[in-house]
Amino acid sequence: MPFDPAMFDPSQIPLVEIVFWAMTVCTIGGALGVVTSRNLFHSALYLILSFFGVSGYYVLLNAGFLAVVQLFVYVGAIAVLVLFAIMFSRRMMAAGQSQANQQWWVAGPVVIVLFVMLLAVVGSISWPVTEAEPSGDVVNQLGLAFLGSYLIPFEVVGVLLSVALIGAIILAREKTAEE
Amino acid sequence: MNFFFDYIWLIPVYPLLAFAAIILFLNPSKKGSAGLAIAMIALSTVHAWAIVFNTIGAFMADAHHGIHIDGWSLPVEWIPTGFTVFNTGFAVDGFTAAMLFMVPFVCTLIFIYASEYMEGYEAEFGRYSRFFAYVSLFAAGMLMLVIADNLLLLFISWEIMGLCSYLLIGFWFEKTYPDADKVATPRNLIQVLQFWKYAGPDKIPPKLAALKAFMTTRIGDVMLFAGMMILWSVSGTLSFREIFAPDMLEHLTEITLWGIPVATLSALLIFGGAVGKSAQFPLHVWLPDAMEGPTPVSALIHAATMVSAGVYLVARMLPLFATMEHSPALQWVGIIGAITAVMGATIGVAQYDVKRVLAYSTISQLGYMMMALGLGGFVAGIFHLLTHSFFKALLFLGSGSIIHAMEHEIHAAHAHGHDDAHPHHDEHGHHDEHDHQASHPAHPDPQDMRNMGALRHKMMPSFIAYLCGTLALIGFPLTAGFWSKDEILAEAFLHRSEPLAFWIYIAGTVGAIFTAFYMGRQIGLVFFGRPRTSLAENAAEPGWRMTMPLIVLAFFALFIGFINIPEEVFGIHVPFGGWLHGFAGEVHLMAEEAAPGLNFAPGTFVPQVAITSSLLAIVSFFFGGWLYSRRRTAEELDPIQTIPVIGKPIFAILYNKYYFDEIYRGLLIYPTMALATFCAKFDYDWVINPIVNFFGRFTSLLADGSAAFDKYGVDGYFVNGIPNAFNWFGGQLRLLQTGRAQNYLLILVVGLLILIGIYLLLWTGGAAGVASLPTS
Amino acid sequence: MTTIPLSWWLTVSAALFSIGMYGALTRRNAIGILMGVELILNAVNINLVAFWRYIAPNDVAGQIFAIIVISVAAAEAAVGLAIVIAVYRRRHSAVVEELDILKN
Repeated sequence: MPFDPAMFDPSQIPLVEIVFWAMTVCTIGGALGVVTSRNLFHSALYLILSFFGVSGYYVLLNAGFLAVVQLFVYVGAIAVLVLFAIMFSRRMMAAGQSQANQQWWVAGPVVIVLFVMLLAVVGSISWPVTEAEPSGDVVNQLGLAFLGSYLIPFEVVGVLLSVALIGAIILAREKTAEE
Repeated sequence: MNFFFDYIWLIPVYPLLAFAAIILFLNPSKKGSAGLAIAMIALSTVHAWAIVFNTIGAFMADAHHGIHIDGWSLPVEWIPTGFTVFNTGFAVDGFTAAMLFMVPFVCTLIFIYASEYMEGYEAEFGRYSRFFAYVSLFAAGMLMLVIADNLLLLFISWEIMGLCSYLLIGFWFEKTYPDADKVATPRNLIQVLQFWKYAGPDKIPPKLAALKAFMTTRIGDVMLFAGMMILWSVSGTLSFREIFAPDMLEHLTEITLWGIPVATLSALLIFGGAVGKSAQFPLHVWLPDAMEGPTPVSALIHAATMVSAGVYLVARMLPLFATMEHSPALQWVGIIGAITAVMGATIGVAQYDVKRVLAYSTISQLGYMMMALGLGGFVAGIFHLLTHSFFKALLFLGSGSIIHAMEHEIHAAHAHGHDDAHPHHDEHGHHDEHDHQASHPAHPDPQDMRNMGALRHKMMPSFIAYLCGTLALIGFPLTAGFWSKDEILAEAFLHRSEPLAFWIYIAGTVGAIFTAFYMGRQIGLVFFGRPRTSLAENAAEPGWRMTMPLIVLAFFALFIGFINIPEEVFGIHVPFGGWLHGFAGEVHLMAEEAAPGLNFAPGTFVPQVAITSSLLAIVSFFFGGWLYSRRRTAEELDPIQTIPVIGKPIFAILYNKYYFDEIYRGLLIYPTMALATFCAKFDYDWVINPIVNFFGRFTSLLADGSAAFDKYGVDGYFVNGIPNAFNWFGGQLRLLQTGRAQNYLLILVVGLLILIGIYLLLWTGGAAGVASLPTS
Repeated sequence: MTTIPLSWWLTVSAALFSIGMYGALTRRNAIGILMGVELILNAVNINLVAFWRYIAPNDVAGQIFAIIVISVAAAEAAVGLAIVIAVYRRRHSAVVEELDILKN
């Protein structure tokens, strides 16, 4: 259709929805790619795509800080970790073998049923949606909360990360001669 | 004085305590048992005499000499039965007082006698203490009977005495008569009917005699109970006082059962009980065989007390009999009494056993008492009862002394023999059932009069006492027996225009003749002539404990008659004449208007009767004595048998007691046995057992089936199958344990789905939710 | 955001959850399973944030929760991968199907 600049009203463009659908494609498409790809490395890359989509979701939901955290942690740390782990075990995972195991034909329907049931649950409840907007400086509020009301979870998470760190090191290190 | 009356119930309790004490504690001690029994019965005598004399005193002091109706009574509330309380109680009136005088006293004397008598048999049988327990129980029963004021208590005492009679007759239950088994017995119906050919043995063993006594008296007891039941159901009471109220008597006469007035019907049934207990025709057959018991038992139970209980019962219930002028009940009493009197006397003539003669004499004399009662003269009957008890007890104890004397030789041999042959003798009677006759060398029967002779030389005091008793029995003038028997005969004679009285007079006179004859026979055979066997030669007088009671009783036999002499004898007015009539006779005065059959008139002295009967008695007595004292040997024929042509048959009939036992065997026992055999066959062979066996086998079969079912079905399927199934399931379930985490996760998810599904179904609309999704 | 209803977000989250579950159930390789688990965690996070945004945007608790979930996911990924590497060293295989020592 002919593009008429005078007729172009920026406020008429449903931007949010376009972005939403784009992010959805990334997320769901990436997810599908993760679970179906034969190549493990490709799965990991699809995973990164999916993470990006989720990050976009967070932006749409006015959770900007969370979007950035998502990118740092998931994409920057976890996905990289996965890639490294894949590369450590690369010898066995040559492409070509089917990645699905014996029970995929049971799991498939089960998962579909799961999805349907989740939808049913969602639809059966009338959510108390509000028109309110998030107020103020979210980052500021987050900081105050982490060191205020939610101090304990904050500390616990710190401990958890420490433990995980130590545990991962112990688990994954090369065995020395004395063991 | 009231103490004795308030505690009148103690009178039977003393000997009852003796019974209990001996059974429980004193059995090992012979002297202790005998001593306690004698002491207790003596205590009863004392207590009873206190009451008797008190009653007599009250009677004598009473201005209204003739209207002394109320005795004294002690009602006892016994059994509460819902709405009412069953009352029992004790009462004393003239009649009871007279009995209370005689019964415990005679019992005491007999107990003392028995304490020596039974010693002789201790070595052979043991159970000395038990004897005293039994007789104590019996005494308790008799005493309770006498003071009872209602029929139920009387019946209970009646039964207690019946039990003791059984126990005491069969006291020597190991004794057997092996000769008895050799008597021919009939095998089939034809033979049974020829009873004269198959006469039973002379003696039956004590075990069987006891059963015979119990069975026969049982028939009477059943009738008595039936009479009581009818009486109670119509009148609602069993108390004498209430039954004899004139209104009640009239009521009982009006109501009829099957056309017979209840009074008469129950009276006849009650008389049935008396027939059994007092050995009247036709239930007399047990008394002679009851002589198998020890002699003190015969004296006590079968002469003085138990058999007179039947007479007491009839006398006590006489108003019931006499509700009409010529009541059929009274007629029956008189008829049966007459038959019995003559029958007993005639049989006694042909008996050889010294105790059997006395037994038939007892039967005969009881018949006299029934005759008296049948004429409505209950005082006459009671009077004869009292005198008879004394002299018959005397005679029986005397016969016991005779037997004891005859056995002296045997016991002496016993003592020696036992020292050698039986070094350990168990005194508690644990003998095996060996034959107690065969263990000794055969000796002549010490009780058979043919083996006796000239015993008066050996036992003079006992002989004199025995003679006193005999004189009283035959009615020798001025003895007690004379007065009592004469009163009956005089009364009958006076009413001889009535058929019953006429025949009673005839029967009484005939009986008296025979009585005198057989007593003379007995005296002649036993005490006179010459000793016919070695037993008689070596006889010896028993000890003082046996002779003393004889002498005491002899005194009473002679003189007790004076309590009831007619008021005018030969024109002489006797100051205390007719005393018993006054004392005891008012007992039934209360019922006088409703019981016209009763005869309250005191005895009249009829010279013709007195003289005739005395002369006949004396002549018969001496004739019999002379005839039989001439006997030389033990085996010769009885003089009666020497009478040409009819002698032997007559003697045989009399000797065999008119074949009553054989007739009963044919009429009653044989059919009963046949019925029993039939029933047994029915049970064992034909019907019952086969059915039972069939059921048994069938059940067994079912059981087998059940077992199989259990083994294969239940065990196989359920008991084994369930574990097998579980094993299989487990095996299948185990397959889930793949060890693979993803499998587990899958299951987890499936579980999660189920939970979500439940949530959806229960809390929400479920499918509605899915449909609403895209549009929100 | 009135133009996108909450239910859309929840649908997306559900879809991502399901896909991640499929991956966790089905993938042969241990790392593949871990990737599925990460997807699940992300789906949860989307849920959390969506709820936060639409229901209580002024209460910062929703984001806090999401941050904590991310932290935990990171720790878990680290440890899980360390385990995979350790197992791989032992058996020279990361194929989960062969890890069935717990069988029966």
